[in-house]
Amino acid sequence: MGRRAKNKQADPTPLPGTVPDRSANSRRQNKKKRAPSAAAKDEKSKFKAPKGVAAKSGKERLPAHRRGKKVDEVDEDDSDLDEALRPGDFSEDEDEEETVKVKSIKKGKKAASSDDEDIERTGPVKQLEFSDSEDEDDQEGLNDDDEALPVGQHAFDLDEAPSDEDESDLEMDGDDFDIEGGSDDDDMLDDDDEDRDEEDSAFASSGDEDEAMVGEDDDDEKGIEGEDGDIQTNLEDELEETYTLPAVDNGGEGEEFEHGTSLRDVEQRMRWLVGVCMGKDEKTSKGVPGKSRSDHFVQLQHDIATYFGYNTFLVGKLMKLFPADEALAFFESNESPRPVTIRANTLRTRRRDLAQALINRGANLEPIGKWSKVGLQVFESPVPIGATPEYLAGHYMLQAASSFLPVIALAPQPEERVLDMASAPGGKTTYISALLQNTGIVFANDSNKARTKSLTANVHRMGCKNVVVCNYDAREFPKVMGGFDRVLLDAPCSGTGVISKDASVKVNKTERDFQLLAHLQKQLILCAIDSCNPNSATGGYVVYSTCSVTVDENESVVDYALRKRPHVKLVETGLEFGVPGFKSFEGKTFHPSVSLTRRFYPHKHNMDGFFVAKFKIEKRKKPSKAAEVEAEAAEEEQPQLKLDESGMIVEEEKTKFDDAEDRELIQESKRKHLLKTKGIKLNPKSKPAAASTKKGEDEDATTKAQIKMPKGKKVTDSRRPKKA
Amino acid sequence: MRPLTEEETKAVFEKLANYIGKNLVHMIDRDEDDAYCFRLHKDRVYYLPLPMLNLATSIARPNLISLGTCMGKFSKTGKFKLGVTSLDWLAKYAKYKVWIKPSGELPFLYGNHVAKAHLGRITEDTPEHQGVVVFNMSDVPLGFGVTARSTLDTRKLEPTGIIVFHQADVGEFLRDEDTMF
Repeated sequence: MGRRAKNKQADPTPLPGTVPDRSANSRRQNKKKRAPSAAAKDEKSKFKAPKGVAAKSGKERLPAHRRGKKVDEVDEDDSDLDEALRPGDFSEDEDEEETVKVKSIKKGKKAASSDDEDIERTGPVKQLEFSDSEDEDDQEGLNDDDEALPVGQHAFDLDEAPSDEDESDLEMDGDDFDIEGGSDDDDMLDDDDEDRDEEDSAFASSGDEDEAMVGEDDDDEKGIEGEDGDIQTNLEDELEETYTLPAVDNGGEGEEFEHGTSLRDVEQRMRWLVGVCMGKDEKTSKGVPGKSRSDHFVQLQHDIATYFGYNTFLVGKLMKLFPADEALAFFESNESPRPVTIRANTLRTRRRDLAQALINRGANLEPIGKWSKVGLQVFESPVPIGATPEYLAGHYMLQAASSFLPVIALAPQPEERVLDMASAPGGKTTYISALLQNTGIVFANDSNKARTKSLTANVHRMGCKNVVVCNYDAREFPKVMGGFDRVLLDAPCSGTGVISKDASVKVNKTERDFQLLAHLQKQLILCAIDSCNPNSATGGYVVYSTCSVTVDENESVVDYALRKRPHVKLVETGLEFGVPGFKSFEGKTFHPSVSLTRRFYPHKHNMDGFFVAKFKIEKRKKPSKAAEVEAEAAEEEQPQLKLDESGMIVEEEKTKFDDAEDRELIQESKRKHLLKTKGIKLNPKSKPAAASTKKGEDEDATTKAQIKMPKGKKVTDSRRPKKA
Repeated sequence: MRPLTEEETKAVFEKLANYIGKNLVHMIDRDEDDAYCFRLHKDRVYYLPLPMLNLATSIARPNLISLGTCMGKFSKTGKFKLGVTSLDWLAKYAKYKVWIKPSGELPFLYGNHVAKAHLGRITEDTPEHQGVVVFNMSDVPLGFGVTARSTLDTRKLEPTGIIVFHQADVGEFLRDEDTMF
């Protein structure tokens, strides 16, 4: 909630607001300095003077300083070891060291921040954790200050009071401070400090991330990111209350990098980074000197993950699909819901009548677009659109615009036999049924039995009389039944296209999920293709669709199907809009016809992210030829085998039948058949025995032994003369 | 899935005849190319076209959820109960009809009986205890029930008096979605 609200209110305003706010902030800080406990403060500063001098002077110069500089100064206060570690860029150790140190400062300042302590005690702290806890802490601190303001009657007093507390805290832990090498201007530079620290860590960690990505060490990353997301969400809420305007100056491009506490800052930096990564805008395209574009890109991913609450893995995956600016648009559009759309049920009513009926109920709606003759977009309705008498009477179905697409692509014709492999809750199924005008037959399958209930209810409500609902694992399908004219496979998917509907996708998807889903989808698409009848007069089409935008669930599945089933080819989907599918992606080159598939994006088409591919199943030309060749080869081989066995007969067998031999064989098989009908098992060994005359006596003995039934004796007796 | 037994057929046809009377013949005797049949599957009676029957034999019994139109179900005691899913067919062949005013739509869809105040129109000379299909004023079938009074008697009735006893309505698609199948 916080994020969205912020989106609305914050964006346009930051510039005018920032400066006064900052001044207010600093004023407050000044007040703190002049607080009633000024004496104590003085004492403390005196007390600290010997050690803190360098740092203090350094830090008071600080506001315009760069991150690196500041770290150096902090290190000055620290032990020699740290100094040794200091040089130039940020090694991990240094960061961690810094983490611990700053935290202890925090602890000193705010004894109440227990979670902070917890994090500290968990041992080697990751940078990201650090940055967040830091962040949070910062927020809390601000909270303490600011919360008082609206509540209290005397703004001035209350403003002083918390600072008072702060001071006293500081005093109490004064010793700690010195030991830790912290500086007493803490409260003075509080915000800025932390901003920078956070910034450091975020950047450094993103650098680490980069390495991790190179090393494909995803697990670590995820772990970190998960916590990241959690903590950040807390942060938002707090921000929402305390910050009405951004608290930091966002003058130049470089400056922006310095301040990165609030989500707003993250957002600003994010937008700036997009500019850098796109390299279009002259002003912003320079980026941070000394950093490569990929560094910026990684930071951008990180910021997007932070700002929108994704795990970094998913962001990385999705960012590969778009240029940076489009990616941002994609993520932003995932935050807003798609329009409510309904589909008029042509089995019961016409769109115009339905629209009239709903308008009479006070709804505000209009046709969905030129591409659909049955879709209506509902802007607002005083009555629940899912419970009007018209809805109950089956005049329309609540259905996302994107789920029209695969059915439009499928274009079922009357009197056809259609299979919907994963059909619940039945939006597409009933659409197919309506397009068939209740002729033909629709098999609506779903693997989840619980979901078939709503499916059946919808089918009946919509008055579809030509639907058979069944509950199979869709992978069983060519076995259960084949020969369909058209098959629709709306495959189970990760749902990366419908994040606006189900935000849990943001954090609960991992690499493994994508692998498993892609595997399942590949199985399903082959089943779908095999269930389709290539000899169908009117059809022979398979439509594959997902509500996901990732390539490994879409293009690569399609490409897999094309490779595995050579008699299948992609055809135009018949959809007027949509982006062509990727021909190649991340070094993988797909079949060139993959560009005939269509992608749909929330930010471009204002519908759920979707993918549609349409296959034409052709008669197995090549395989059938190959089969013929094989059959011929087999025919040639068979006589050869016989030659080997019998030894006597040569090529004549090809040309004419040997009646004598045949008779023998026929009798033999008749005899076998007779035995079988009487339920006597015949050992396969007896066959060679029949063929070879020389082994005579021994074989008889064995056959006698093998044939257990009393009648068997008679049979073997009758065989004897034949052999002799 | 199996054909109905003699008794079952009788039970089903009796119920149907209560609503559609002699029109029942149109459901049973149809053209050759548009033949339908009744089948029993898991206590539920389905009304389906013959080609569908032939194709649906490929679906194993435990995996088959529904086919064609569900007309209703047999209770454990062997009584047949028409379901709201049969409304399409009933509405098509209904002999006696009741139209209710827009103000009465929602009360009826919430499962209430039809009061006289909500009555818009009614087929003339409807007898008492006759199965009727309930429509709204724009001829959309909403459910069915049994008349409490004959058409003549309704004239004398006070506005709150019940005219049609509720049996099934399309609101059940929302209310009883889980138990419907």
